[in-house]
Amino acid sequence: MSEHDHHHHDHDHDDDHSHLSETELRVRALESILVEKGYVDPQALEAILQTYEEKVGPRNGARVVARAWSDPEFMEWLQRDSTAAVASMGYTGRQGEHIVALINTPEVHNVVVCTLCSCYPWPVLGLPPAWYKSAAYRSRVVIEPRQVLAEFGLTLPDETKVRVWDSTSEMRYIVIPMRPAATDGWSVEQLEELVIRDSMVGVREARSPQSASSTTTDGSTSNAR
Amino acid sequence: MPGKDCKSTDAAVEPIVWDNEGQLVFGAPWQAQIFSMTVALHEAGLFNWSAWTDVFSARRRASSAAGKPDTSQTYYGDWLDALETLTANLALAPQAEQVRYREAWRDAAERTKHGHPIELQAADFRDPGHLHQ
Repeated sequence: MSEHDHHHHDHDHDDDHSHLSETELRVRALESILVEKGYVDPQALEAILQTYEEKVGPRNGARVVARAWSDPEFMEWLQRDSTAAVASMGYTGRQGEHIVALINTPEVHNVVVCTLCSCYPWPVLGLPPAWYKSAAYRSRVVIEPRQVLAEFGLTLPDETKVRVWDSTSEMRYIVIPMRPAATDGWSVEQLEELVIRDSMVGVREARSPQSASSTTTDGSTSNAR
Repeated sequence: MPGKDCKSTDAAVEPIVWDNEGQLVFGAPWQAQIFSMTVALHEAGLFNWSAWTDVFSARRRASSAAGKPDTSQTYYGDWLDALETLTANLALAPQAEQVRYREAWRDAAERTKHGHPIELQAADFRDPGHLHQ
């Protein structure tokens, strides 16, 4: 907006040349220094983006949850050593972090936050959604978790305890939501469809079979990546 | 927006600002660039992830304390500040180099016709003797 204010004194301004914003100049400067010194490889940068934008996403987490719902031994393994159980499915942290699965029950509901910045279980959920990174979520979910959950449309019974877990660079959490009712005999693949990303952060529940069949797009947008 | 008022919103409840930014992970290409640079430097063993989160979270706290808007623009602005600070502190990209390259890119943009890719050349550096590969 303020750039327009300068136009009156640019007597020899050439509108035909390219323009980079201050931010773009800073990013290009940093990248060209790091590439020139051999610290980063432009192809590796491209590969990292592709991995996180296309290959890693909340579907990985949904597979972990659906398997935990279907296979008691796997559930037990998850509780004992989440990092190993999750790694057995091929999902390991590139930052060398531990993954801890938090199992929701009628008595305890788990919610995940990173109050410091935006630590998040990338290998199972991909990159965090915008709201997870906001200062509003990071500060408020610790102070008034029930209110924040209500804003996501999740109202918990008074007798259910809410536990808020603060992620760190070494410790990342994934919530295993409760298995929806009326899903007896469902295959792992069918169950996967009910596991939305937000349920694995703990701000929503898994979808019910009714909502899954009536509105196919509802909630699944978060898994579309 | 016409027809869209906030009467249902309890005054005590602060809306989650980022909700209206949708599900996009990156709002602009530069945001994706600094993300992948950070991951690449870490994977090359140039810093621990906790060293990164220390610097980044300090920036986030400072922005919050300064009352900057709680948006993804601020978030990635903090990310860029943190990456510049960390790479300068570790002498991967010293501060003076960052300034020099910024000016070189500015000159490169100015001599590049609109619509053409902007590329850095040795001539863009104001100090003689820089050999750009």
